[in-house]
Amino acid sequence: MTYTKMSLRELLAKATPFRSGDVLAGIAAANEEERVRAQMTLADVPLSRFLQECVIPYEEDEVTRLIIDEHDKEAFAPISGFSVGEFRDWLLTDQATTETLTQLSPGITPEMAAAVSKLMRIQDLILVAAKCQVITKFRNTIGLPGTLSVRLQPNHPTDDVRGIAASTLDGLCYGCGDAVIGINPATDNVENITRLLHMLDGLIESYQIPTQSCVLTHVTTTMEAIHNGAPVDLCFQSIAGTEKANRSFGVDLALLKEAHEATLSLGRGNCGDNVMYFETGQGSALSANANHGVDQQTIEARAYGVARKFHPLLVNTVVGFIGPEYLYNGKQILRAGLEDHFCGKLLGLPMGVDICYTNHAEADQDDMDVLLTLLGNSGCTFIMGVPGADDIMLNYQSTSFHDAAYIRKLLNLKPAPEFQAWLESLAIHDKAGRLLPIEKSNRLLELNTEVNV
Amino acid sequence: MKGEKISVLTRDPWDALQKFTEARIALGRCGSSLPLKESLKFKLAHAKARDAVHQPVQMEMVAEQLASQGIDTLQLVSSVKDREEYLTRPDKGRCLGTASKKVLKNQPKGYDLGIIISDGLSAPAIHQSAVGVACGFMEILKTTSLSVAPVSLVRYGRVAIGDEIGEILGVQLTVVLIGERPGLSSPNSLGAYLTYAPSPGITDESRNCISNIRPGGMVVAEAIRKIAYLSERALVQKMTGVGLKDKMIEGYFPMENLVVNRPGK
Repeated sequence: MTYTKMSLRELLAKATPFRSGDVLAGIAAANEEERVRAQMTLADVPLSRFLQECVIPYEEDEVTRLIIDEHDKEAFAPISGFSVGEFRDWLLTDQATTETLTQLSPGITPEMAAAVSKLMRIQDLILVAAKCQVITKFRNTIGLPGTLSVRLQPNHPTDDVRGIAASTLDGLCYGCGDAVIGINPATDNVENITRLLHMLDGLIESYQIPTQSCVLTHVTTTMEAIHNGAPVDLCFQSIAGTEKANRSFGVDLALLKEAHEATLSLGRGNCGDNVMYFETGQGSALSANANHGVDQQTIEARAYGVARKFHPLLVNTVVGFIGPEYLYNGKQILRAGLEDHFCGKLLGLPMGVDICYTNHAEADQDDMDVLLTLLGNSGCTFIMGVPGADDIMLNYQSTSFHDAAYIRKLLNLKPAPEFQAWLESLAIHDKAGRLLPIEKSNRLLELNTEVNV
Repeated sequence: MKGEKISVLTRDPWDALQKFTEARIALGRCGSSLPLKESLKFKLAHAKARDAVHQPVQMEMVAEQLASQGIDTLQLVSSVKDREEYLTRPDKGRCLGTASKKVLKNQPKGYDLGIIISDGLSAPAIHQSAVGVACGFMEILKTTSLSVAPVSLVRYGRVAIGDEIGEILGVQLTVVLIGERPGLSSPNSLGAYLTYAPSPGITDESRNCISNIRPGGMVVAEAIRKIAYLSERALVQKMTGVGLKDKMIEGYFPMENLVVNRPGK
């Protein structure tokens, strides 16, 4: 076997931990031994080789060009002499402090992050990610030590505003919604999107909730809504790690820049101006026939290269949504979730995880509990909050408001400080961040009558 | 306190809002955790959805039911060998197996329309709704001069397998009825995918889809009307997909005005 003659692209694919999507793509190691031998070879590859050899050619792909052109050589200098294996060992030492990792981040390329993650065990991924700190701001401060934020996801199969409001109230009463109140719309046209944006804006305004709203539609629809004067807090887009995969989502870097600038121009944040919300997930490039023979985890890390260009408030890897042909079971979903979180954090992103599965994957609530508990210990920035973990619009299972309360209680984590203060003012949380029984007289319970149908 | 039960559950006093949504809201809590009753309810729903994914489809039964209505069928299998391979190899689920290909190649060719029924991700969806939809739609087709291929019954098929079948049989428009990815509260959803000029390699933006056909979702009668409407428009406009919009009016009577020009016939 001539591992040393392999291209980086092939070597990364052979070294990547076993998962169904890479088998489907026909690029996985043929057997367990080949996989481990590839990992041993990868461990000896100098990090500097990643700057000379691109997994997708520079000329062919604008994501590669972004990664290479924006690489910060000065930040890279302290680790420029390391191999991938030495980098892994160093990350685990006390020399790699929060401050060091923050300074290093612009010097790490997505492929370097992916490579090192492939050599790491679960405990390594957790320990290093927990040292990274990424703070972002819009109407509150996300990512502070000792906090865990939640996206409130009040989806409804027909976008019924009373139904959405009911789920929103449920989540707020469980201390959720500080990352964003974000709706996946069932009907994706600008009139409907605008209607939902006004509804969320009205709720945030009348209850003075220190959070932001988002309706998760295509950037072009959001820009049209902005143009029509709709109250857009965050601009959402699904992104991937190759130019071709992004094209299948109907976006490129120029369009993302335009959307970013349009949203910034509204100036609706009072704490900061991180206005983008990105979602990603391993396997999306292959499903669009746009993987270029690169393994799904490396491509996922490249999507974070795209994300960091636009200083997002939130990046969410929707880890188990895509189905068993990419991540077959709980074990594969679990490892993928921790890799994504680690790579995102190492690259300087406010990384959250949609801890989730579909009914045709070999996974259940126990698997989700394990991943939630591990991510809580990794310092995960935010998770999803879906009523009873059952998304009745998207037909998959995510984490619930109760799950969020569990992990906060177990690890003594609080919401973003501004939001925690608001929860205290409404007697939803006590000072320690524990849930209080909601009185019938609580004025938040009037929320559903505020909604204009 | 003797003999009295201590209340351990904290109620959520907004359960009146449950009338606005099927979402699992106002579940209450014990400490901050989910009460057992709700936890088991969820588990039962998941168990039903899991069973739906793994339950084998009874295609012989489907064939018998269709035969009793005078509808001819063909039994086909994709290249997939078992359920696990079906879940991990969507590429194989899109291609017919060798034996099935042979069966099809020996069939007469050239039809206006072909119906394909495949298990997909939910056998219960097939058992509950597929025969009803297929028979109802065939009833409407009988009132027209459209020629219809025998109904293909495909085990372990993905939506795109209809493209290969349609091409081999020389069909202008395929209607694939397939078990959808089961939701927690809807393990039995049937989907209908319409593809004009089917041929392998066609992608999803060239199809029209009607989803959530099940009791409590889109009922069979309405699904038949919608399939008939979209089929009629597809044959007239000679396309399916993003260019074919669903503008069905309330009083639409299926196939009333259908005139199809058949080149070479």
